[in-house]
Order: sequence, then structure tokens, then C-alpha cells
Amino acid sequence: MAEWTLSAALNRALIDAMEDDPRLLVYGEDVGRLGGVFRVTDGLQAKFGEDRVFDTPIAEAGIVGAAIGLALTGWKSVVEMQFDGFSYPAFEQIVSHVAKYRTRTRGRVDLPIVIRIPSFGGIRGKEHHGESPETYYAHTAGLKVVAPSGALDGYRLLRLAIADPDPVVFLEPKAKYWTKEEGELTADGPGIGEGRVVRDGDSCAVFAYGAMVARCLEAADMLEAEGVSVRVVDLRSLAPLDVELIGRSARETGRAVVVHEAPKTLGMGGEVAARIMEEAFDFLQAPVARVTGWDVPYPPAALEHRYLPSMDRIAAAVRRVISY
Amino acid sequence: MDAPSHWAGTEPVRILEPDGTTVGDPDVGLDAEQLRELLRHMIRARRLDRECMALQRQGELTVYPPFEGQEAAQVGSAFALGTEDWAFPTFRELAAALVRGVDPVQYLWYHRGTWHGGPYDPRATRFGPICVPVATQICHAVGVAMGLQRDGADACALAYFGDGSASEGDFHEGANLAAVFGVPAILFCQNNGWAISVPTGLQTAGEIWKRAGGLGFPGVRVDGNDVLAVYRVTREAVERACSGDGPTLIEALTYRMGPHTTADDASRYRDEDEVERWRAFDPIDRYRTWLVAAGHADDGFVRICDEEAAAWVAEVRAGITATEPPPAEWMFDWTFAEPPAVLARQREEALGG
Repeated sequence: MAEWTLSAALNRALIDAMEDDPRLLVYGEDVGRLGGVFRVTDGLQAKFGEDRVFDTPIAEAGIVGAAIGLALTGWKSVVEMQFDGFSYPAFEQIVSHVAKYRTRTRGRVDLPIVIRIPSFGGIRGKEHHGESPETYYAHTAGLKVVAPSGALDGYRLLRLAIADPDPVVFLEPKAKYWTKEEGELTADGPGIGEGRVVRDGDSCAVFAYGAMVARCLEAADMLEAEGVSVRVVDLRSLAPLDVELIGRSARETGRAVVVHEAPKTLGMGGEVAARIMEEAFDFLQAPVARVTGWDVPYPPAALEHRYLPSMDRIAAAVRRVISY
Repeated sequence: MDAPSHWAGTEPVRILEPDGTTVGDPDVGLDAEQLRELLRHMIRARRLDRECMALQRQGELTVYPPFEGQEAAQVGSAFALGTEDWAFPTFRELAAALVRGVDPVQYLWYHRGTWHGGPYDPRATRFGPICVPVATQICHAVGVAMGLQRDGADACALAYFGDGSASEGDFHEGANLAAVFGVPAILFCQNNGWAISVPTGLQTAGEIWKRAGGLGFPGVRVDGNDVLAVYRVTREAVERACSGDGPTLIEALTYRMGPHTTADDASRYRDEDEVERWRAFDPIDRYRTWLVAAGHADDGFVRICDEEAAAWVAEVRAGITATEPPPAEWMFDWTFAEPPAVLARQREEALGG
């Protein structure tokens, strides 16, 4: 079986989608000749030409705004914001237009736009290179927001995002770009709006996405040695959220922990916890716990390990919930 | 006559003087019928604009942004576009919308509070949704131009914006993208002297049209109250764009006779004297005087235009006042192509499933 890094799997997803659809464009800063700073667009320009894969000036609002105009003329776009912290100039275009254009035009205009954003921390990056912007987008009606945890699901989610008639904010965990996963690439499987159980267990459900999924799996391994059976749910689709799976997992285990890199306040953990209250309150054996980044600006590399949820913090939260 | 301060600097391209005499060649390539059509459009637009002010006062429209004084800038530029060309408005381009054939009642759904920015079909009309976040629509027009370029279409995209919008980052990003990619785009600035209460002199220390030079494409300054001059410079820009010669920035010097919107009190920041001085620059008086003097129309034509416009505006009024609030489903129906489960549940809750 083939081995794929997330970067290579996303690259393959773009190639396959571009081969399937001659009106799909890929553009952004350094995506052409260089192939993207994380090489996700490597080789695309040579393969598909400068009309379909092209470098742009450093103009995030212009890039996203242009994608809207291109959609009006029947072109699909995958645009790259080079880093999470550089996506903010495009925020107005995303929130005021990309998210609302279908509603504003009474359903007349599809916006098949994928906004790829290398996201989250864990790569010893400089400031503005370790942001977790998911709440901004997940809170905005009209956007879909997904965050794969690895290569195989990254391929699937990117193919699904490109095929989607609605705009998708695609958050790629930078920390997982070079992590290998074995398997065949396919778009079949869970769709956007569906989470997936990546490890079954019956004493506590742990919800995570992006690079935190792997860390939760490590914590689950450690806890298993202590006789604790943890179910790990990869949320993967942050908007829409798989409320059914969240509710069912909380009901079946009676305990829940939510893990993310983003600061705790108004992070996805708050939403997941509230959904658990609505869907599973009578089944809960303990309050829902959150293991998250702190409510501080993302720290410099030397302190990154003190900010990100660690295996120990996750395991401790599970033990706390179980012994409640 | 002293022009106001935001006209200072480079003399704009002008064909008709404010008194209707000519200073340039009035042959802009339009026949007599088309020349009369320009006047008819301007008269109708002004009538409807004034009616909208009244409709707002009567509670039939929500906040309304009048465009009186800018009829030549809008009609002249929109008239220069071909049927396949696109235009992207701000929230003050009703006159341009009418020239493009947008249904006025559907357009006014926006100001009635019936629906948001794009109540009409932006693709069928080639007229983008009404756009309030200023300058953002410039990037959309540039995107359309990128699409047209890739399709090898014989068409272009024009973005309207104001002197205030020209201070926004999206103006620079959009203009620069258009330049770098050499796309068929026209950036049409109506410099009307005021961004709500802030005069042009506080938006820019230079002349807006000159920015094109720094970006690497041509700019032109035109008397925005001279419909012939506006038509000519826009037509030239359309031809440049469609010949593959890239974008043009047009700065049309005009004046906002009314308040920013019906919610605005312009007396807090400008003198009535200034507004009155501007009556002498009125775009419709100037053009009508010339059109009749040049023998392209007579007083009878002007009278018929007025009468037709009055009857037409009455129809629009009847259409808009008869517009009922939309069904509540509309809130939900177009958030996504298919509603996710969570939203479907909310829809049921809101509508009593």
C-alpha cells in the first residue's frame, strides 16, 4: 500500500480534481513556480499551465474577491492563504461576500470556492504562523469549515470541498504536512458534515480535529494500559458539525472531553459541550471537560509545548472525567 | 463659475460646458436616437430618485441613498457598456442599474428591506449585487474580468466606486490584480466630493485618476456631469479592455446633491450655498440644452420624456408599495445549496415545521 504525507495527498487531490474539471483554478501567493511554501501545489503549474495555476500579488482580499467574480463567470477556485495569520486581510471578503453571496442572490449564484489555510501550531513557527482561526469561520453562517487530521482524510475532504457548490474554508494542520499515512486515496467515505470515530471505546469520548486527533490517539493508547477505554472522534467537519455523532458518542460513553489548539473561550469546545448538553444531558456521568490552548496569543517556539494540549493534559482530563 | 474644491488640479476631459456649449467634439459615435436615449435615461433616473426619497419619507422604503447630481456619470458609463459587459455597483448606482435593464421594483426590494444586495439576477442582468462594504466589489469585477479573459470573451467588467472607497485596501488590491494580469476591467470612480461627511480632500492628498500610473495602466479624469464626455472615456476604456490592452481607471468628477442617505443630515457638515452653486453644473440641464441646440431633440421630446418618466415612476411606485414581506423561509433557503441537518432543524423550529 502506498504511503502518503498530508502535503502529497492534498497535492494529489488537486491534480485529480483539476483533471476532472477543466474549469478549476488554483491560485495564491507562491503556489505557481514554487509549488506553495508547503509544496501542496508542487508541479501543478507545469502540469496545468499558467492560466489555471498561477501566482498572485500579495493581496489576500483581492485573491478571495476575485474568486467570487470567477465564480460568477463559471470558474471554480481553490485559493491558498499562505498562512493562517495572513488570511485576515481576506476576512471581509470571506464574511461579507463569500459566506453571503448565495443568500444575497436568492440562490442564483453557486460559490464553488475552497479557501485553503495552513493552520494551527506545532511547527516552531514565527508569530502569525500558528493561529487557530476556525471559530471565526465556523461562526459565520454560509461557510463550511473542515480540518483533516491526516493524509487519507485530507485527500477525501479536499475532493469533497472542491465538489461542493458552497464555499469551504479548508484548514490544513501544518504539523501534519509531513506525517505519513498508509492507504489508498479515495473521496468515498464520510462527507462534509460528518465526523468519524477513529478509535472506539466505551468509557469516555474524546473529540478533536486536526493535529490534535493524533495526540488524542496517543493519550488513548496510554490510558488503555491503565484499563481505560477511550473513544476518539475526529470531528473533521467543524461547520456543519456532526451533532448526531457527538450526541451519540456522549450518550454511549457518558463522558466527554473536547480537545483543540485554539484558545478555550468561545472555541469549538464550547460549542461541542453545549451540543452535548442538548443531546445527552441525562446520560452524562461527569461535566464535559475541555483541553485547549490558553486564552493568550499563540506563544513563540520556545513555549509552544507549554501552550498546546499535551498527551499528559489530555490523559489527565480523561482521568478527571472518569473519576468524577 | 467656481468648481468645488474636489475638482481642483488636472482639468477633466469635457465636451459640454455647464451652459451647454461645446468645448470638445460632440461626435462620440452615437446617433441622434441614442443621444436622445441618454437624456431619457437621465430624466427617468432623476424622477425615480426623487420618488424614492418620497417613498422613504412615507415609510415605504428603509434608508435610501440618493444619487441626484450623478446621473451623467452613471448613465454615460453604463450606456457605454455592451450587453455582455458586466457592471458592479455600490449602493448608489440605481441610474446605472436602470440603463442595464435591471427591474426597478426588484432593485428597490433592497431599499424596501425585502431582500439583501442581489434581489435581481446578477448573471442575467450582468449587474452585480448592490454592494455596501465599499470597494469590495472592485475585486469581484476584477475576478469576472479574469474569467472573461480565460474564456476569450469579447467583454469587460466595470466596477463603480466612490472617492471614499478609493481609500480602501480592496481598491488597491483589485486595481493591482487587474493591472498585473492585464484583465479587461474598468475602475470607474465617481468622485462626488463627499464620503458621508468627509470631503475628498481628507480621503486623498492627490488625484485619484493618477494612481493608475503608479499601478501601470492608464487613468483619465473626466467631467462626470458631462454625459457625452463620460460616455466617450468609458467607451474608450471598454474598447481598450476588449482589445486585450488591460484596465483603465476613470475618475468622474461629480457632486452628490443630496445627503449620503435619508438617515444623514448633510447640514451638519456642508453649506447649502455649496449645494446651490452646484445647480449650475447640473448634468441634465447641460445636456438638454445642448441636445436641443444641436437639433437632436426639440422641446416636445423633452416634454414627452418628462411625461413618460412620470407615468413610469408611478408604475414603479405601485409595484414597490404592493411588495409584501417575503416568507420567513427565505431566511433559510439559500444559506447553503442543501441545508445541513443542524440548519434544517432550526428551519423547522422557526417555521413551526
